[in-house]
Amino acid sequence: MVNSEHASKQYDLDLDSIRSRVLQMGGLVESQIRNALDALASGDRALADEVIAADHRVNGMEVALDGDCSHVIVKRQPAASDLRMIFAITKTVTDLERIGDEAQKIARMAKSIHERGGAGALSVDVRHAAELAISMLRRALDAFARLDVDTAAAVIRDDVGIDTEFRSILRQLITYMMEDPRTISTALEIVWIAKAIERIGDHAKNVAEYVIYIVKGTDVRHTGQMSGTSALNA
Amino acid sequence: MSAPDKALSAGLMDESKAAVGSKADVEGLDFYYGDYRALKSISMQVHERRVTALIGPSGCGKSTFLRCFNRMHDLYPGNRYEGQIILYPDNTNLLAREVDPIEVRMRIGMVFQKPNPFPKSIFENVAYGLRVRGERSRRRIEEKVEKALSDAALWDEVKSRLHEPAYNLSGGQQQRLCIARALATDPELLLFDEPTSALDPIATASIEELIHDLKAQVTILIVTHNMQQAARVSDYTAYMYLGELIEFGVTDDLFIKPKMKQTEDYITGRFG
Repeated sequence: MVNSEHASKQYDLDLDSIRSRVLQMGGLVESQIRNALDALASGDRALADEVIAADHRVNGMEVALDGDCSHVIVKRQPAASDLRMIFAITKTVTDLERIGDEAQKIARMAKSIHERGGAGALSVDVRHAAELAISMLRRALDAFARLDVDTAAAVIRDDVGIDTEFRSILRQLITYMMEDPRTISTALEIVWIAKAIERIGDHAKNVAEYVIYIVKGTDVRHTGQMSGTSALNA
Repeated sequence: MSAPDKALSAGLMDESKAAVGSKADVEGLDFYYGDYRALKSISMQVHERRVTALIGPSGCGKSTFLRCFNRMHDLYPGNRYEGQIILYPDNTNLLAREVDPIEVRMRIGMVFQKPNPFPKSIFENVAYGLRVRGERSRRRIEEKVEKALSDAALWDEVKSRLHEPAYNLSGGQQQRLCIARALATDPELLLFDEPTSALDPIATASIEELIHDLKAQVTILIVTHNMQQAARVSDYTAYMYLGELIEFGVTDDLFIKPKMKQTEDYITGRFG
């Protein structure tokens, strides 16, 4: 990766500003997920409402960052690593915005579940899958900040773990629903929450793939995780 | 997940990557202005009917390199070539002493930075090379002039005033006239030395469009200071620095993921 500075200082400042705001946006969506999960665990409906209301901030950051990327493209015609960086950022902010949407969904489901008196006998724990998803997101953002392909590759590999968790949650919920049809509405809402968590993992994996693209110039999407690893040695 | 379907995922880059033969092979080329070694051991393939761009900072030797192809350096004493440039299909070493530079220039045309029409009519500018080559048939000359002007995308603009002085044309038209003049003699290789640096954006766009169309019939080497131009018009790009060829590759690859840090620094506008 290139560390030296551009002949244009303003170009460096623009790129630095964009990168740091991507990380801010990542921090915001991470706290949105945490708050949504806390609202689910505690039944704090005010907190769920806060998450739902704060989604517009995430959306606003997506639009602003895309605008700034267009600005850099028009003014600087970025090439090579700069081009890959800008290209990857416009994609990253799309994934971050969708993670924000998933957090908002979790908050909505949490509200709905607790308005009906909580999950009751349904002792299905999504917390483990959620922690895995949050950890993937955080490490993908770390990888982005430090342009660290090893961390990015580890995140890509971890996505399998979340998928396994999701299937396991689904099996448990199906068992509950078969045993007692009165649990169906709540169980379905937990399915949506588990699905949202699984999607957050997918988006974090996408961000990690963009990091590999920035650093190595290799597009590892849709190639399977082993290719993702072998691309590091290219 | 399986790999994306090849047919569906074919993109813009694939055409230029298709393998083509060599029009010329540069092998171990050194060039000296007296004692000064301006080009250092350059080896490179010039792909047939493709556009190859030469980029690099001022003084890197790209124009010097371009001029080796039509032996322009022969005009000054003390200049010396080493190594060879093999032109196909006949395997002629363009730099060999026994090869007549006039013969070389019959096969390799050149267009310069500033339009340089002769102080003659539009028609005579294009006919000049044909007359020099001994063409006497008025009809054949007229046919060739019309074809060259059409190929240079100038015919429609000048057909009603072919016998006016070439200096009456605009800068962009004069440059297309120079291209027509080079095309009239059916060159195999065309050399462009910053052909649009003296032109406005519209005239530049028309020359770039022309370069794109011309590669169906002729191999093109272009020196440009404008990296976006190199990215737009060329299939292959060579980055030169201090007389050396630093990196040569498919243009899209070189501008998206250059292999050498020096290339990266240059095309991203960083200090070396």
